[in-house]
Amino acid sequence: MEELLNQVFAGLATGGIYASVALALVMIYQATQLVNFAQGEMAMFSTYIAWALIQAGVPYWGAFFLTVGFSFLLGVAIQFLLLQRIRGQPVLALVVVFIGLLVIFNSLAGWIFTYTIKVFPSPFPAEPPFGQHYVSAHELGATAVTLVLIAVLWAFFRFTSLGLAMRAVAQNPVSSRLVGIRVGQMLALGWGLAAAVGSVAGMMAAPIVFLDPNMMSGILLYAFAAALLGGIDSPGGAVFGGFLVGVLENLLGAFVVGNELKLVFALSIIVGVLLVRPSGIFGSVQVTRV
Amino acid sequence: MRAIGSWHVPSLVALVAIACLLPFFISNYHVFQLTLVLVYAIALLGLNILTGYNGQISLGHGAFYAIGAYVAAILMDRFGVPYWLTVPVAGAVCLVVGFLFGLPALRLEGLYLALATFALGVSMPQLLKYKPFEPWTGGVQGIVIVKPDPPWHLPINPDQWLYFFSLGFAAAMFLLAWNLLRGRIGRALVAIRDHPIAASAMGVNTALYKSLAFGVSAMYTGIAGALGAIAVQFVAPDSFTILLSISLFVGIVVGGLGSIGGAIFGALFIEFVPNLADQISKAAPWAIYGVFLIGLVFLMPMGINWAIRLCWARIASYRRASSAQLRSPITVSAAPHRRSTGDAPCPPEAMS
Repeated sequence: MEELLNQVFAGLATGGIYASVALALVMIYQATQLVNFAQGEMAMFSTYIAWALIQAGVPYWGAFFLTVGFSFLLGVAIQFLLLQRIRGQPVLALVVVFIGLLVIFNSLAGWIFTYTIKVFPSPFPAEPPFGQHYVSAHELGATAVTLVLIAVLWAFFRFTSLGLAMRAVAQNPVSSRLVGIRVGQMLALGWGLAAAVGSVAGMMAAPIVFLDPNMMSGILLYAFAAALLGGIDSPGGAVFGGFLVGVLENLLGAFVVGNELKLVFALSIIVGVLLVRPSGIFGSVQVTRV
Repeated sequence: MRAIGSWHVPSLVALVAIACLLPFFISNYHVFQLTLVLVYAIALLGLNILTGYNGQISLGHGAFYAIGAYVAAILMDRFGVPYWLTVPVAGAVCLVVGFLFGLPALRLEGLYLALATFALGVSMPQLLKYKPFEPWTGGVQGIVIVKPDPPWHLPINPDQWLYFFSLGFAAAMFLLAWNLLRGRIGRALVAIRDHPIAASAMGVNTALYKSLAFGVSAMYTGIAGALGAIAVQFVAPDSFTILLSISLFVGIVVGGLGSIGGAIFGALFIEFVPNLADQISKAAPWAIYGVFLIGLVFLMPMGINWAIRLCWARIASYRRASSAQLRSPITVSAAPHRRSTGDAPCPPEAMS
């Protein structure tokens, strides 16, 4: 029973990280109908920037918000410089560009910061809170940060006119342009927000998995699984999917399959969801007419 | 597919002659590198059949390469099967596995198939390290293979023998692909890529051909994996990460999608660029891959093969225009028209 609770709480903690990355993926998918393969590497690169700032002496939360701002600008730049120009192209061209971005960010991080594993500090205290031993302070803090982030994004999209404009562009870009919304700017904003969300996920994950250029590839796979499971066009579904995948991964890893097949588990979720119910649990079913 | 032009046969003969004579003039290490170029060329040909000709994007072909390599290694090491038999067996195993993977892949389109194959590529090393499989796969340490000796007491060293062995397989696989793709099956594959609904309205059995393409493509990559394992003499799970799948993808994009000759350019690229760029920095090869990928999409979407063909076409049309000028002044006005058709890239939208 205690082991079960341990695994569930640990799963919820990592699930929060998967939920953040899945949320970034869903945001980009909703706006552009594209799956961003480079999301993990962008998050990892931002985390390295944060590490460099902290090494230079900037206090943690200062570095945190500076990095979020930097990632926002990075996302906007990628949308304006690259993706705007290849918007109408066939799928293969887009996949090539995303894989190119993935590879460039990975190698840039390795080149500038070397491949040695680094320790990333956590802003939360080391001893577990409230005297219990199921969750560490960092796991609890990371989950709290994820939930705050999701709440802020939800409020932004629901209550501000800018959020409304972005939702309009995601749903119907042609009509939005006719109404007077600058579609390119909204897409750039969407990319910037997604990159910022990804960087937060990276900074919350780094104290757990340690900072190295390949730290996000496994997490990215779980985030894909989470986004597909929850519904690739439903942000709430992505968050739910993230927590569910985190808990399932830990439970199956501890009691059923063993820790060595966790990635294969993510693969089977992805293939299973795509075959059985491609729209996920909360996503909308796409109907195309011939 | 273009018909064979008059300059094709002599240039092919020259190429084969160079390929046969080269190993006697260069060091053993370079012979080994050229063997790997042949191996990658076979793998890239397989991936090109699937992605370039049939339009199914696979980011996980490293998994089939790994399966081929491990089948060869296990047969040689655990069962004492002679090395030349393991390669066709690896191909047969991968044909079946690829076909079986292609069946559920029928339901996945474009980006989702890329996602599913990406997941396959990322999770393959973990599957290979799985403890219950260890008596077969050797776990994390992998399997070491003994280098085969040249048969019939030929006066060449083992590296050169492996090169000719791979060259023979490469020639056979290229011939097979050329024959497959220029006939009915090739046209069906391209039709499915360009407009699947129209193709199936015309009576093409889309499901069969798509799964078949997956199977054949996996067979090619499995044969390449087996040859690669014999050349490198070692298989281990961490040699077959997602980076291998991405390398193969880079290879076909750089070499030229929808072309057979492009496989060789792509193979040369992915074999020699890491060797040269490694001297700058460990990260440099991947940075170069990334820059090439993005640059190619904007500048040269159909790869090196198309660019070379374009140059040839331009040269040929200038030659035709100048010889037409010599023959009669009347045809000078026809020259600009011919020049413009010479400029058009040969197979349109190889990337659509």
